[in-house]
Amino acid sequence: MIARRGLIGAGLGGLLVAGCDRISGAPAVQDFIGRSEGLTRRAQRTLLAGQPLAREFSAKDISPVFKANGSQTPTSDAYAQLLAGSFAGWRLMVDGLVAAPMSFSLAELKAMPARTQITRHDCVEGWSAIGGWTGVPLAHVLQRTGLHADARYLVFHCADNLGGAGDGGLYYESIDLFDAFHPQTILAYAMNGQALPVAHGAPLRLRVERQLGYKQAKYVMRIEATDRLDRIHGGRGGFWEDRGYAWYAGI
Amino acid sequence: MKREVIRRHRLSVRITHWINVLVVALLLMSGLNIFNAHPALYWGQKGADFDPPWLEMTVANQAGRPAGVTRLAGVSLDTTGVLGFSPGPAGHWLVQGFPNWATFPEHRDLATARRWHFFLAWVLVINATAYWLFGLGNGHLRRDIAPTKADLAPRNLWRSIADHARLKHPVGEAAKRYNVLQKLAYLAVIAVFLPAMVLTGLAMSPGFDAFAPWLVDVFGGRQSARTIHFISASAIVLFVAVHVIEVFLAGPINEIRSMITGRYVVPQEKHR
Repeated sequence: MIARRGLIGAGLGGLLVAGCDRISGAPAVQDFIGRSEGLTRRAQRTLLAGQPLAREFSAKDISPVFKANGSQTPTSDAYAQLLAGSFAGWRLMVDGLVAAPMSFSLAELKAMPARTQITRHDCVEGWSAIGGWTGVPLAHVLQRTGLHADARYLVFHCADNLGGAGDGGLYYESIDLFDAFHPQTILAYAMNGQALPVAHGAPLRLRVERQLGYKQAKYVMRIEATDRLDRIHGGRGGFWEDRGYAWYAGI
Repeated sequence: MKREVIRRHRLSVRITHWINVLVVALLLMSGLNIFNAHPALYWGQKGADFDPPWLEMTVANQAGRPAGVTRLAGVSLDTTGVLGFSPGPAGHWLVQGFPNWATFPEHRDLATARRWHFFLAWVLVINATAYWLFGLGNGHLRRDIAPTKADLAPRNLWRSIADHARLKHPVGEAAKRYNVLQKLAYLAVIAVFLPAMVLTGLAMSPGFDAFAPWLVDVFGGRQSARTIHFISASAIVLFVAVHVIEVFLAGPINEIRSMITGRYVVPQEKHR
């Protein structure tokens, strides 16, 4: 319910930006358009009920140059220090509605069961690139921390300030449990067999195949389990969602 | 001259036609807004800044001035003012694929354009499904659209092509039916190009691809699907252009009225 209200809200936000278009300015129209997003999500989730895997490719299909989009390097001093120390001092915090809040070093994550997948990354802008990702399944980390019965979403808090001034510009993303427990949903620390490059989200990024690029949060610092998204940042579940994009990015 | 009035288009055709006019126009314009987020097209699964596109709209230096350039299969065309570099609001020139006047919303806004595009896609699918169900149920597709053997006879085809080339429109009994080129054009839109739009659109969805990876293969990869989406849309634009020209040549008031109220005055041989 809350997610749906959030989606409709996101619709309102996006359409208000387009203020000069008279048709899209009418509240009834905005509400109506926003509803179709929920329809798309429910339709796709019905088709994906068996949790099929996104297609995996072979090494020869990998893009010679994988375009890095969004933040290329987080600008904060804290991140610069972590980078200078090769992320030895970095820890992933997992908290919120979990049974036991825990933090993990990069070495600890690398010691966990790993999954490697060569997948196609589809940007909301329209381009695609193929890359190989290695990381720990998010489901494994959640089994370690446990989840509160009220948990519905996982929010990924990132180190990059894509929006500029202040904490309001910090990147974040969220997924629900349907995607969180999918076998291809991993916390990746390596790309194409190498340590994850800074431009692609070092030291850790989310891979949630079956959704568009902006869901693949880079520079993940903290994962928060929550029952609702409307109290976090702009309340729409993500940096781009707060700027009018759809929360469900399967299309 | 005796005036013969017939009931030309049934209600289901008239309603779905006008919904389609609105929906396809807005789908096209919101689609161009989405295209402007990455104005380049590729073949295969992947395609981004470092891969060679077969079509690209960009801005380039031309004797010290910026120029809109469209590169099509290796050939560079100067498209300043329309594609790649075009005038925007308040005299500001914009570096973007298609110009503002061709897009919806008018200014570049990927989030809003996507929201409209996917909403309208649902309307298109529902409207097209209604058209097909009514058309199959009431015989419209079989009687009016499906070409007959006589239609497809080479002599008849050739005569229809010659008539179109001379802008000669049928009169009397012949004017009560669609001619063979008309049937083939309508059939191409309702059975090939509009379904292709929906299927290539779905093939671009990472969620749908996990459900039906074979659909991506049918089109030769996700970027190929995006390319075919664009080509199919271009074919529909071409159809609409010819369709509208034909309406005006055949008598716009009579033709448009027949699609609104259904009443159609059968054109007769002109007395000389």
